[in-house]
Amino acid sequence: MPKTEAKISGARLMVELLEEYGVDIVFGYPGGAILPFYDELYKSTKIKHILVRHEQGAIHMAEGYARSTGKLGVCIATSGPGATNLVTGLTDAKLDSVPILAITGQVATNAIGTDAFQEADIYGITIPITKYNALIKSADDIARHFQEATLVALGGRPGPVLLDFPKDVQTELTSVRKVDKLKIDSRHYQKPPIGGDLDSFAAALNKAKRPLLYVGGGAINANASKEIKELAEKGNIPVTTTLMGIGAFPGTHQLSVGMLGMHGTAYANKAVLECDYILNLGARFDDRVAKPGEFAENAVRAHIDIDTAEFNKRVSVDYLLHGDLKEVLKALIPKVNKVDRPEWVGFLDTIKKNHPLEFDDSTDTIKPQAFLQKLYEKSKGKAIVSTDVGQHQMWAAQYYLFEEANRWLTSGGLGTMGYGLPAAIGAKFGNPNKTVICVSGDGSIQMNIQELATIAMYKKGVKILIFNNNFLGMVRQWQELFYEERFSESEWNYNPDFVKLGEAYSIKGLKISNKSEIDKALEFFLEDDDARILEVMIPAEEKVFPMIPAGKSQKDMIEFSDTVRAGKK
Amino acid sequence: MKHILKILVNNHPGVMSHVSGLFTRRSYNIDSIAVGVTQDPEISNMVIVVKGDDSVVEQVKRQLLKLPDVIEVEDLAYHDCISRELVLVVVKVEDSNRTEIISICEVFQAKIADLTKTTMTIEFSGNTRQVEHFMEMMQKYGIQEIARTGQIALKYRST
Ligand SMILES: Cc1ncc(C[n+]2csc(CCOP(=O)(O)OP(=O)(O)O)c2C)c(N)n1
Repeated sequence: MPKTEAKISGARLMVELLEEYGVDIVFGYPGGAILPFYDELYKSTKIKHILVRHEQGAIHMAEGYARSTGKLGVCIATSGPGATNLVTGLTDAKLDSVPILAITGQVATNAIGTDAFQEADIYGITIPITKYNALIKSADDIARHFQEATLVALGGRPGPVLLDFPKDVQTELTSVRKVDKLKIDSRHYQKPPIGGDLDSFAAALNKAKRPLLYVGGGAINANASKEIKELAEKGNIPVTTTLMGIGAFPGTHQLSVGMLGMHGTAYANKAVLECDYILNLGARFDDRVAKPGEFAENAVRAHIDIDTAEFNKRVSVDYLLHGDLKEVLKALIPKVNKVDRPEWVGFLDTIKKNHPLEFDDSTDTIKPQAFLQKLYEKSKGKAIVSTDVGQHQMWAAQYYLFEEANRWLTSGGLGTMGYGLPAAIGAKFGNPNKTVICVSGDGSIQMNIQELATIAMYKKGVKILIFNNNFLGMVRQWQELFYEERFSESEWNYNPDFVKLGEAYSIKGLKISNKSEIDKALEFFLEDDDARILEVMIPAEEKVFPMIPAGKSQKDMIEFSDTVRAGKK
Repeated sequence: MKHILKILVNNHPGVMSHVSGLFTRRSYNIDSIAVGVTQDPEISNMVIVVKGDDSVVEQVKRQLLKLPDVIEVEDLAYHDCISRELVLVVVKVEDSNRTEIISICEVFQAKIADLTKTTMTIEFSGNTRQVEHFMEMMQKYGIQEIARTGQIALKYRST
């Protein structure tokens, strides 16, 4: 007779499965329907639980942890309001392809559907915003759902998954911890074979005179930086990245033309206009980058992606290859010719020189661009940087250059204000020895400012930089440019004293408003590994340039010099 | 153009929401959905008739394949499959036209499922064109109520 395993509770099993999987940190917040699980977590010596101040904080921390380490991020919430507080984070992780496992408490199975206290149909709510979700109906199903969920979260194009865990299933006894058969197909987690014709793909690339690599977040998920560099250097192919692809190719490399799109560099966007061949590596031709029908319209367009649903979704392409980007590039590189391209590379070097990122730094006020340049120098370009959403995010993307992947944490797809602070905290937990800086605005920081308490409680040395323009700056910029300066509800004329607020949490702070104070402030900011708040006053009128207005294409880019010429810098 | 998609899915209550949600979310136009279990009780067969050009339907297929509960998606070319839809229709009848309606039903091989002094409930099944045609014939008598199943379909076998 086979030895039957001893029965344990569903909650115990879930904790053991997490331990066996190698999860050593989870971010969460308890409540009634998840108490049996928390009781087992209490006994775990392998899993550290980080108690947050709001469940949205927990999931963004899990995202920051996942993006900066490449591992699965795990967050826990109770039923009802706890679970619904995860919705923004799940959507954020879905759009930016971040592997997250969310475990939520649920009312007991016999109460489901009765509008019980703190009941929310989180299964139904999260269908469109997860890659996989399940309502666990029996403790015997836990092991299978856990295995399916974790495989799907990291398989193929990564993303968030959710397990809804009713209270009675947490206490139900089970001995089923081995899974006989998964109910999902292996296509959801096995690396696919390379799909498409490598030879004709390579031939088209070899024919190009002015090729360009357009690198997205998928390159980071596929850990393909090394191969991208190899391809770029072998063929002397300039590289532009999307907001999510920042770091996949060294920002200081001679072949780098920086970020493209709405607030990309002029030279990246001009490269898109001038290239005769563009190769999309794990990007998705999204609307901040590509206008269907106009994007690189005269170029041969090629695309490599792990997600076939991205092919020809917004922009049609001439050549495509399906598969894991790293594997595909490994197979492709030997077929690519070694070429010098003095004209094309030289042409872009000239554009770089003639159309640099620009701003006016002639006054005593602090310009965020200048400040970020200094921050980049002082932190030696080695920090992990998270951002919130707005002008500060775009300036950080433009002025802080990265040599490596997994150091740039930003909400690209959803544009979630409130992402920056918790993401930085999560990253610091995953990278205790690195400098982690959160670049935020006076608007965004207040969306999850309660997590200052988490920083204080766990003594995490997160560096918080707040650019204060007393405005919802990006909204103001659009209103100035496209709504005839009607600043409807974007003026932000009440802020707390951020320095005092930090002090309330025993976090040291400083506020500066004059250029002459920058060096000292940066010293204070970075001198040790303690948390800091640095509030930097900046002019409200400062705008992010270049800019491609929404719905327009590279041809319609407005540069800083254009506005100076028009007399309204 | 219309496409008939045959989708094999895991048979559990959430699957319908996953699949139909995908269609609404991405604003693909569905003509009809019909679902039933297959010879394997763990697997259901969904037949979705969707409107759109080939590139849209290709997108639909790829998006469907990303759903964990979707096992297989097949685009059944219209001319290559047997498709049926069942319709129940209540028409008004009078003594003067009862035999006329009955003889039309005979031609169409439609069944009379129920009869009252003033109404007749007719059961008819066929492919879309036949159903449309039959409904057209019934129109003139006055249709009081209709229930349609949506199409189901299977591919013609070659051997
Ligand atoms: C949750 C959320 N609400 C609203 C917005 C719309 N939004 C985009 S940028 C922005 C202004 C951000 O202001 P701030 O954080 O001060 O940054 P700044 O643009 O001034 O640098 C707003 C309101 C958003 N992206 N996210």
